[in-house]
Amino acid sequence: MECVFGLVGDGFALVVADSSAVHSILVHKSNEDKIMVLDSHKLLGASGEGGDRAQFTEYIQKNVALYQFRNGIPLTTAAAANFTRGELATALRKNPYAVNILLAGYDKDIGPSLYYIDYIASLHKIEKGAFGYGSYFSLAMMDRHYHSGMTVEEAVDLVDKCIMEIRSRLVVAPPNFVIKIVDKDGAREYAWRESIKDTTGAPTS
Amino acid sequence: MARYDRAITVFSPDGHLFQVEYALEAVRKGNAAVGVRGSDTIVLGVEKKSTAKLQDSRTVRKIVNLDDHIALACAGLKADARVLINRARIECQSHRLTVEDPVTVEYITRYIAGLQQKYTQSGGVRPFGLSTLIIGFDPYTGVPSLYQTDPSGTFSAWKANATGRNSNSMREFLEKNYKETSGQETVKLAIRALLEVVESGGKNIEIAVMTKEHGLRQLEEAEIDAIVAEIEAEKAAAEAAKKGPPKET
Repeated sequence: MECVFGLVGDGFALVVADSSAVHSILVHKSNEDKIMVLDSHKLLGASGEGGDRAQFTEYIQKNVALYQFRNGIPLTTAAAANFTRGELATALRKNPYAVNILLAGYDKDIGPSLYYIDYIASLHKIEKGAFGYGSYFSLAMMDRHYHSGMTVEEAVDLVDKCIMEIRSRLVVAPPNFVIKIVDKDGAREYAWRESIKDTTGAPTS
Repeated sequence: MARYDRAITVFSPDGHLFQVEYALEAVRKGNAAVGVRGSDTIVLGVEKKSTAKLQDSRTVRKIVNLDDHIALACAGLKADARVLINRARIECQSHRLTVEDPVTVEYITRYIAGLQQKYTQSGGVRPFGLSTLIIGFDPYTGVPSLYQTDPSGTFSAWKANATGRNSNSMREFLEKNYKETSGQETVKLAIRALLEVVESGGKNIEIAVMTKEHGLRQLEEAEIDAIVAEIEAEKAAAEAAKKGPPKET
Protein backbone atom coordinates (compact mmCIF):
# COMPACT_ATOMS: atom_id res chain seq x y z
CA MET A 1 0.00 0.00 0.00
CA GLU A 2 2.99 2.27 -0.55
CA CYS A 3 2.32 5.63 -2.16
CA VAL A 4 4.91 7.78 -3.87
CA PHE A 5 3.94 10.70 -6.08
CA GLY A 6 5.52 13.88 -7.39
CA LEU A 7 5.04 16.94 -9.55
CA VAL A 8 6.96 19.79 -11.14
CA GLY A 9 6.11 23.41 -10.36
CA ASP A 10 7.52 26.82 -11.16
CA GLY A 11 11.24 26.47 -10.43
CA PHE A 12 10.84 23.50 -8.08
CA ALA A 13 9.78 19.85 -7.93
CA LEU A 14 7.99 18.06 -5.09
CA VAL A 15 8.20 14.40 -4.16
CA VAL A 16 5.79 12.93 -1.61
CA ALA A 17 5.98 9.48 -0.06
CA ASP A 18 4.16 7.60 2.64
CA SER A 19 6.25 6.63 5.63
CA SER A 20 5.07 3.20 6.72
CA ALA A 21 7.47 0.28 6.79
CA VAL A 22 5.24 -2.77 6.51
CA HIS A 23 5.83 -6.52 6.64
CA SER A 24 2.75 -8.62 5.87
CA ILE A 25 0.15 -7.40 8.38
CA LEU A 26 2.60 -5.70 10.74
CA VAL A 27 3.58 -2.02 10.56
CA HIS A 28 7.18 -1.84 11.75
CA LYS A 29 7.28 1.95 11.89
CA SER A 30 5.33 4.93 10.59
CA ASN A 31 8.13 7.42 10.14
CA GLU A 32 10.34 5.72 7.55
CA ASP A 33 11.92 8.23 5.20
CA LYS A 34 11.63 6.84 1.66
CA ILE A 35 12.81 9.95 -0.16
CA MET A 36 16.60 9.95 -0.31
CA VAL A 37 18.52 13.18 -0.83
CA LEU A 38 20.72 11.94 -3.65
CA ASP A 39 22.98 14.98 -3.75
CA SER A 40 22.64 18.68 -3.12
CA HIS A 41 19.98 19.14 -5.84
CA LYS A 42 18.34 15.75 -6.35
CA LEU A 43 15.65 13.72 -4.62
CA LEU A 44 15.05 10.01 -5.06
CA GLY A 45 11.65 8.79 -3.87
CA ALA A 46 11.50 5.01 -3.89
CA SER A 47 8.82 2.42 -3.17
CA GLY A 48 8.98 -1.33 -3.22
CA GLU A 49 10.62 -4.27 -1.52
CA GLY A 50 12.18 -2.90 1.69
CA GLY A 51 15.63 -4.43 1.40
CA ASP A 52 15.90 -3.73 -2.32
CA ARG A 53 14.81 -0.13 -1.80
CA ALA A 54 17.54 0.65 0.74
CA GLN A 55 20.21 -1.33 -1.09
CA PHE A 56 19.52 0.09 -4.52
CA THR A 57 19.03 3.73 -3.57
CA GLU A 58 22.16 3.80 -1.37
CA TYR A 59 24.14 2.23 -4.22
CA ILE A 60 22.92 4.93 -6.62
CA GLN A 61 23.69 7.66 -4.07
CA LYS A 62 27.29 6.53 -3.56
CA ASN A 63 27.89 6.20 -7.30
CA VAL A 64 26.51 9.69 -7.89
CA ALA A 65 28.92 10.98 -5.21
CA LEU A 66 31.83 9.10 -6.79
CA TYR A 67 31.12 10.67 -10.17
CA GLN A 68 31.26 14.09 -8.56
CA PHE A 69 34.68 13.45 -6.95
CA ARG A 70 36.10 11.94 -10.10
CA ASN A 71 34.93 14.69 -12.39
CA GLY A 72 34.72 17.72 -10.15
CA ILE A 73 31.19 18.42 -11.32
CA PRO A 74 27.81 16.92 -10.28
CA LEU A 75 25.70 14.72 -12.54
CA THR A 76 22.74 16.35 -14.26
CA THR A 77 19.31 15.06 -13.32
CA ALA A 78 18.89 13.44 -16.73
CA ALA A 79 22.25 11.69 -16.42
CA ALA A 80 21.44 10.42 -12.93
CA ALA A 81 18.05 9.15 -14.14
CA ASN A 82 19.62 7.32 -17.07
CA PHE A 83 22.31 5.84 -14.85
CA THR A 84 19.66 4.61 -12.41
CA ARG A 85 17.59 3.11 -15.20
CA GLY A 86 20.70 1.44 -16.61
CA GLU A 87 21.46 -0.25 -13.30
CA LEU A 88 17.88 -1.53 -13.05
CA ALA A 89 18.00 -2.76 -16.63
CA THR A 90 21.30 -4.60 -16.14
CA ALA A 91 19.97 -6.43 -13.10
CA LEU A 92 16.57 -7.06 -14.65
CA ARG A 93 17.14 -10.41 -16.31
CA LYS A 94 19.33 -11.83 -13.57
CA ASN A 95 18.43 -10.50 -10.17
CA PRO A 96 15.86 -7.73 -10.51
CA TYR A 97 15.42 -4.95 -7.96
CA ALA A 98 11.74 -4.60 -7.01
CA VAL A 99 11.94 -0.81 -6.63
CA ASN A 100 9.90 1.97 -8.27
CA ILE A 101 11.54 5.39 -8.36
CA LEU A 102 10.59 9.01 -8.86
CA LEU A 103 13.76 11.07 -9.35
CA ALA A 104 13.40 14.84 -9.04
CA GLY A 105 16.20 17.31 -9.58
CA TYR A 106 17.10 20.92 -10.28
CA ASP A 107 19.73 21.84 -12.85
CA LYS A 108 20.91 25.42 -13.15
CA ASP A 109 20.32 25.81 -16.88
CA ILE A 110 17.32 23.50 -17.25
CA GLY A 111 15.31 24.10 -14.09
CA PRO A 112 13.32 21.41 -12.27
CA SER A 113 12.63 17.98 -13.75
CA LEU A 114 10.95 14.75 -12.69
CA TYR A 115 11.67 11.23 -13.94
CA TYR A 116 9.54 8.11 -13.59
CA ILE A 117 11.57 4.88 -13.38
CA ASP A 118 9.70 1.69 -12.68
CA TYR A 119 10.99 -1.69 -11.50
CA ILE A 120 11.30 -3.08 -15.03
CA ALA A 121 13.51 -0.14 -16.00
CA SER A 122 11.12 2.06 -17.96
CA LEU A 123 12.21 5.69 -17.95
CA HIS A 124 9.92 8.65 -18.61
CA LYS A 125 10.42 12.35 -18.12
CA ILE A 126 7.16 13.64 -16.69
CA GLU A 127 5.46 16.65 -15.11
CA LYS A 128 3.45 14.58 -12.61
CA GLY A 129 3.57 10.91 -11.69
CA ALA A 130 2.75 8.34 -9.02
CA PHE A 131 3.38 4.75 -7.94
CA GLY A 132 1.42 2.28 -5.86
CA TYR A 133 -2.29 1.83 -5.11
CA GLY A 134 -2.36 5.46 -4.08
CA SER A 135 -1.59 6.39 -7.67
CA TYR A 136 -5.19 5.61 -8.66
CA PHE A 137 -6.27 8.50 -6.48
CA SER A 138 -3.34 10.91 -6.67
CA LEU A 139 -3.07 10.74 -10.48
CA ALA A 140 -6.79 11.45 -10.77
CA MET A 141 -6.53 14.46 -8.45
CA MET A 142 -3.45 15.75 -10.27
CA ASP A 143 -5.09 15.29 -13.67
CA ARG A 144 -7.97 17.44 -12.45
CA HIS A 145 -6.07 20.19 -10.64
CA TYR A 146 -2.50 20.28 -11.99
CA HIS A 147 -1.35 23.00 -14.34
CA SER A 148 2.22 23.81 -15.30
CA GLY A 149 3.96 26.63 -13.44
CA MET A 150 2.22 26.13 -10.08
CA THR A 151 3.56 28.02 -7.08
CA VAL A 152 4.78 26.15 -4.00
CA GLU A 153 1.57 27.00 -2.12
CA GLU A 154 -0.64 25.76 -4.97
CA ALA A 155 1.43 22.58 -5.33
CA VAL A 156 1.38 21.77 -1.62
CA ASP A 157 -2.37 22.39 -1.65
CA LEU A 158 -2.69 19.84 -4.47
CA VAL A 159 -0.49 17.41 -2.53
CA ASP A 160 -2.76 17.77 0.49
CA LYS A 161 -5.80 17.10 -1.70
CA CYS A 162 -4.12 13.90 -2.97
CA ILE A 163 -3.24 12.79 0.55
CA MET A 164 -6.85 13.43 1.61
CA GLU A 165 -8.11 11.22 -1.24
CA ILE A 166 -5.67 8.44 -0.37
CA ARG A 167 -6.59 8.58 3.30
CA SER A 168 -10.30 8.49 2.70
CA ARG A 169 -10.52 6.05 -0.23
CA LEU A 170 -7.66 3.51 0.12
CA VAL A 171 -8.61 0.59 2.35
CA VAL A 172 -5.27 0.31 4.16
CA ALA A 173 -4.16 3.88 3.80
CA PRO A 174 -0.79 4.86 5.25
CA PRO A 175 -1.21 7.32 8.12
CA ASN A 176 1.82 9.54 7.58
CA PHE A 177 3.49 11.22 4.59
CA VAL A 178 6.70 13.16 4.05
CA ILE A 179 6.99 15.97 1.49
CA LYS A 180 10.37 16.97 0.09
CA ILE A 181 11.18 19.80 -2.27
CA VAL A 182 14.08 20.55 -4.64
CA ASP A 183 14.70 23.97 -6.13
CA LYS A 184 17.61 26.28 -6.89
CA ASP A 185 18.53 26.34 -3.19
CA GLY A 186 18.84 22.58 -3.02
CA ALA A 187 16.98 19.47 -1.96
CA ARG A 188 15.43 19.43 1.49
CA GLU A 189 12.54 18.20 3.59
CA TYR A 190 9.50 20.42 3.29
CA ALA A 191 6.94 18.99 5.73
CA TRP A 192 5.41 15.91 7.29
CA ARG A 193 1.70 15.13 7.22
CA GLU A 194 1.09 12.93 10.24
CA SER A 195 -2.13 11.42 11.49
CA ILE A 196 -0.37 9.00 13.85
CA LYS A 197 2.51 10.51 15.78
CA ASP A 198 5.36 8.17 16.71
CA THR A 199 5.80 8.69 20.47
CA THR A 200 9.46 7.68 20.68
CA GLY A 201 11.03 10.69 19.01
CA ALA A 202 11.85 12.63 15.84
CA PRO A 203 11.29 11.02 12.44
CA THR A 204 14.33 9.16 11.15
CA SER A 205 15.22 7.35 7.93
CA MET B 1 73.92 -5.00 -9.00
CA ALA B 2 72.16 -4.58 -12.31
CA ARG B 3 70.79 -8.13 -12.12
CA TYR B 4 68.43 -7.18 -9.25
CA ASP B 5 66.67 -4.43 -11.15
CA ARG B 6 64.52 -6.69 -13.28
CA ALA B 7 61.76 -8.33 -11.31
CA ILE B 8 60.77 -6.44 -8.22
CA THR B 9 60.01 -9.54 -6.18
CA VAL B 10 63.70 -10.20 -5.90
CA PHE B 11 65.79 -8.99 -2.95
CA SER B 12 69.39 -7.98 -3.56
CA PRO B 13 72.06 -9.78 -1.47
CA ASP B 14 72.28 -6.87 0.94
CA GLY B 15 68.53 -6.83 1.56
CA HIS B 16 67.46 -4.03 -0.78
CA LEU B 17 64.45 -3.86 -3.05
CA PHE B 18 66.00 -1.81 -5.80
CA GLN B 19 62.78 -1.05 -7.66
CA VAL B 20 61.36 0.53 -4.51
CA GLU B 21 64.50 2.63 -4.08
CA TYR B 22 64.36 3.73 -7.70
CA ALA B 23 60.73 4.67 -7.15
CA LEU B 24 61.86 6.84 -4.23
CA GLU B 25 64.31 8.49 -6.66
CA ALA B 26 61.40 9.25 -8.97
CA VAL B 27 59.66 10.91 -6.02
CA ARG B 28 62.75 12.99 -5.28
CA LYS B 29 62.58 14.30 -8.81
CA GLY B 30 58.90 15.22 -8.55
CA ASN B 31 57.59 18.65 -7.63
CA ALA B 32 57.88 19.86 -4.04
CA ALA B 33 54.88 19.29 -1.81
CA VAL B 34 54.32 20.33 1.79
CA GLY B 35 51.65 19.64 4.39
CA VAL B 36 51.12 21.40 7.73
CA ARG B 37 48.62 20.47 10.43
CA GLY B 38 47.17 23.24 12.61
CA SER B 39 44.68 22.95 15.43
CA ASP B 40 41.68 23.75 13.24
CA THR B 41 43.17 24.05 9.77
CA ILE B 42 45.28 21.75 7.61
CA VAL B 43 47.18 23.09 4.62
CA LEU B 44 48.62 21.40 1.54
CA GLY B 45 50.94 23.19 -0.84
CA VAL B 46 52.60 22.09 -4.05
CA GLU B 47 55.09 23.66 -6.39
CA LYS B 48 53.54 24.55 -9.70
CA LYS B 49 56.03 24.28 -12.51
CA SER B 50 55.53 27.06 -15.03
CA THR B 51 52.66 26.08 -17.30
CA ALA B 52 53.10 26.28 -21.03
CA LYS B 53 51.40 29.33 -22.55
CA LEU B 54 48.85 27.32 -24.50
CA GLN B 55 48.02 24.93 -21.64
CA ASP B 56 44.81 25.32 -19.66
CA SER B 57 46.20 25.32 -16.14
CA ARG B 58 42.83 24.52 -14.57
CA THR B 59 43.06 20.96 -15.84
CA VAL B 60 46.32 20.37 -13.97
CA ARG B 61 45.04 20.03 -10.41
CA LYS B 62 47.71 18.71 -8.06
CA ILE B 63 45.69 18.81 -4.83
CA VAL B 64 42.55 16.70 -5.02
CA ASN B 65 39.53 15.73 -2.95
CA LEU B 66 39.13 12.10 -2.06
CA ASP B 67 35.93 12.71 -0.11
CA ASP B 68 34.20 15.69 1.50
CA HIS B 69 36.60 15.63 4.42
CA ILE B 70 39.80 14.16 2.95
CA ALA B 71 42.30 15.63 0.48
CA LEU B 72 45.55 14.47 -1.08
CA ALA B 73 48.66 15.98 -2.65
CA CYS B 74 51.49 13.99 -4.14
CA ALA B 75 54.99 14.13 -5.55
CA GLY B 76 56.24 11.85 -8.29
CA LEU B 77 54.68 10.24 -11.35
CA LYS B 78 51.40 12.04 -11.96
CA ALA B 79 49.94 9.30 -14.13
CA ASP B 80 50.43 6.80 -11.30
CA ALA B 81 48.75 9.34 -9.02
CA ARG B 82 45.65 9.35 -11.18
CA VAL B 83 45.24 5.59 -10.78
CA LEU B 84 45.84 5.64 -7.02
CA ILE B 85 43.49 8.58 -6.49
CA ASN B 86 40.75 6.86 -8.48
CA ARG B 87 41.06 3.70 -6.37
CA ALA B 88 41.03 5.76 -3.18
CA ARG B 89 37.91 7.67 -4.23
CA ILE B 90 36.10 4.42 -4.96
CA GLU B 91 37.15 3.05 -1.58
CA CYS B 92 35.85 6.16 0.19
CA GLN B 93 32.39 5.65 -1.33
CA SER B 94 32.50 1.88 -0.91
CA HIS B 95 33.26 2.30 2.79
CA ARG B 96 30.32 4.72 3.11
CA LEU B 97 28.07 2.21 1.35
CA THR B 98 29.01 -0.84 3.42
CA VAL B 99 29.30 0.64 6.91
CA GLU B 100 27.31 3.91 6.52
CA ASP B 101 30.25 5.88 7.85
CA PRO B 102 32.75 8.19 6.17
CA VAL B 103 36.34 6.91 6.23
CA THR B 104 38.80 8.12 8.82
CA VAL B 105 42.03 9.67 7.53
CA GLU B 106 44.00 6.74 8.92
CA TYR B 107 41.79 4.18 7.19
CA ILE B 108 42.17 5.66 3.72
CA THR B 109 45.91 6.22 4.29
CA ARG B 110 46.29 2.58 5.26
CA TYR B 111 44.34 1.60 2.15
CA ILE B 112 46.53 3.67 -0.18
CA ALA B 113 49.70 2.47 1.53
CA GLY B 114 48.41 -1.09 1.23
CA LEU B 115 47.95 -0.64 -2.52
CA GLN B 116 51.45 0.77 -2.84
CA GLN B 117 52.89 -2.15 -0.87
CA LYS B 118 51.05 -4.72 -2.99
CA TYR B 119 53.00 -3.59 -6.01
CA THR B 120 56.30 -4.12 -4.21
CA GLN B 121 55.54 -7.76 -3.63
CA SER B 122 53.39 -9.15 -6.42
CA GLY B 123 55.67 -9.93 -9.28
CA GLY B 124 55.84 -8.42 -12.70
CA VAL B 125 54.60 -4.88 -12.08
CA ARG B 126 56.62 -1.90 -10.92
CA PRO B 127 55.70 0.07 -7.80
CA PHE B 128 53.77 3.36 -7.92
CA GLY B 129 56.31 6.17 -8.30
CA LEU B 130 54.80 8.62 -5.86
CA SER B 131 54.59 9.68 -2.23
CA THR B 132 51.35 11.13 -0.99
CA LEU B 133 50.42 13.65 1.69
CA ILE B 134 46.91 12.97 2.96
CA ILE B 135 44.99 15.41 5.13
CA GLY B 136 41.58 15.33 6.71
CA PHE B 137 39.40 15.70 9.77
CA ASP B 138 38.06 12.73 11.67
CA PRO B 139 34.36 12.66 10.75
CA TYR B 140 33.19 12.31 14.36
CA THR B 141 35.84 13.73 16.67
CA GLY B 142 36.86 16.55 14.30
CA VAL B 143 40.55 15.93 15.05
CA PRO B 144 42.79 17.08 12.14
CA SER B 145 45.40 14.67 10.74
CA LEU B 146 48.23 14.66 8.23
CA TYR B 147 49.69 11.41 6.94
CA GLN B 148 52.41 10.53 4.46
CA THR B 149 52.79 7.36 2.35
CA ASP B 150 55.71 6.40 0.12
CA PRO B 151 56.37 3.86 -2.68
CA SER B 152 57.45 1.18 -0.20
CA GLY B 153 53.99 1.24 1.33
CA THR B 154 54.95 2.64 4.72
CA PHE B 155 52.85 5.39 6.24
CA SER B 156 52.90 7.52 9.35
CA ALA B 157 51.27 10.59 10.83
CA TRP B 158 53.03 13.95 10.91
CA LYS B 159 52.57 17.43 12.34
CA ALA B 160 54.18 18.82 9.21
CA ASN B 161 56.06 17.20 6.38
CA ALA B 162 57.38 17.70 2.89
CA THR B 163 58.06 15.42 -0.05
CA GLY B 164 59.34 15.69 -3.59
CA ARG B 165 62.13 18.00 -4.72
CA ASN B 166 64.26 19.56 -1.98
CA SER B 167 62.06 17.99 0.66
CA ASN B 168 65.01 17.81 3.05
CA SER B 169 65.45 21.58 3.09
CA MET B 170 61.73 22.09 3.63
CA ARG B 171 61.61 19.52 6.40
CA GLU B 172 64.60 21.18 8.12
CA PHE B 173 62.84 24.52 7.92
CA LEU B 174 59.66 23.03 9.36
CA GLU B 175 61.56 21.34 12.18
CA LYS B 176 63.14 24.66 13.11
CA ASN B 177 60.03 26.76 12.80
CA TYR B 178 57.09 24.50 13.59
CA LYS B 179 54.75 25.49 16.37
CA GLU B 180 51.07 24.83 17.00
CA THR B 181 49.18 27.23 14.76
CA SER B 182 45.62 27.80 13.65
CA GLY B 183 43.82 29.47 10.79
CA GLN B 184 45.85 31.84 8.66
CA GLU B 185 49.06 31.17 10.63
CA THR B 186 49.02 27.55 9.44
CA VAL B 187 48.66 28.71 5.83
CA LYS B 188 51.59 31.12 6.29
CA LEU B 189 53.80 28.41 7.75
CA ALA B 190 53.12 26.12 4.80
CA ILE B 191 53.83 28.86 2.29
CA ARG B 192 57.00 29.90 4.08
CA ALA B 193 58.26 26.31 3.94
CA LEU B 194 57.46 26.08 0.25
CA LEU B 195 59.12 29.42 -0.48
CA GLU B 196 62.41 28.02 0.86
CA VAL B 197 62.73 25.94 -2.29
CA VAL B 198 60.34 27.47 -4.81
CA GLU B 199 60.49 30.73 -6.71
CA SER B 200 58.32 33.27 -4.97
CA GLY B 201 54.86 34.20 -6.29
CA GLY B 202 51.31 32.91 -6.68
CA LYS B 203 52.08 31.62 -10.16
CA ASN B 204 54.47 29.01 -8.80
CA ILE B 205 52.63 27.56 -5.86
CA GLU B 206 49.25 25.95 -5.42
CA ILE B 207 47.75 26.02 -1.92
CA ALA B 208 44.64 24.30 -0.58
CA VAL B 209 43.23 24.81 2.91
CA MET B 210 40.96 22.35 4.68
CA THR B 211 38.73 23.27 7.60
CA LYS B 212 36.06 21.25 9.33
CA GLU B 213 33.24 23.60 8.27
CA HIS B 214 34.17 24.37 4.69
CA GLY B 215 36.05 21.31 3.53
CA LEU B 216 38.78 21.84 0.98
CA ARG B 217 39.29 25.29 -0.52
CA GLN B 218 41.82 26.01 -3.25
CA LEU B 219 43.31 29.48 -2.79
CA GLU B 220 43.20 31.91 -5.70
CA GLU B 221 46.45 33.19 -7.18
CA ALA B 222 45.67 36.68 -5.89
CA GLU B 223 45.17 35.38 -2.34
CA ILE B 224 48.48 33.53 -2.43
CA ASP B 225 50.25 36.62 -3.76
CA ALA B 226 48.81 38.64 -0.88
CA ILE B 227 50.06 36.17 1.73
CA VAL B 228 53.46 35.94 0.04
CA ALA B 229 53.69 39.73 0.18
CA GLU B 230 52.86 39.60 3.92
CA ILE B 231 55.56 37.00 4.49
CA GLU B 232 58.17 39.02 2.57
CA ALA B 233 57.24 42.11 4.58
CA GLU B 234 57.63 40.16 7.83
CA LYS B 235 61.00 38.84 6.66
CA ALA B 236 62.16 42.33 5.73
CA ALA B 237 61.00 43.67 9.10
CA ALA B 238 62.88 40.88 10.91
CA GLU B 239 66.05 41.66 8.91
CA ALA B 240 65.73 45.37 9.64
CA ALA B 241 65.22 44.67 13.37
CA LYS B 242 68.40 42.59 13.38
CA LYS B 243 70.47 45.30 11.68
CA GLY B 244 68.69 48.25 13.29
CA PRO B 245 69.81 48.51 16.96
CA PRO B 246 73.64 48.30 16.44
CA LYS B 247 73.51 51.30 14.06
CA GLU B 248 71.78 53.41 16.72
CA THR B 249 74.96 53.68 18.79
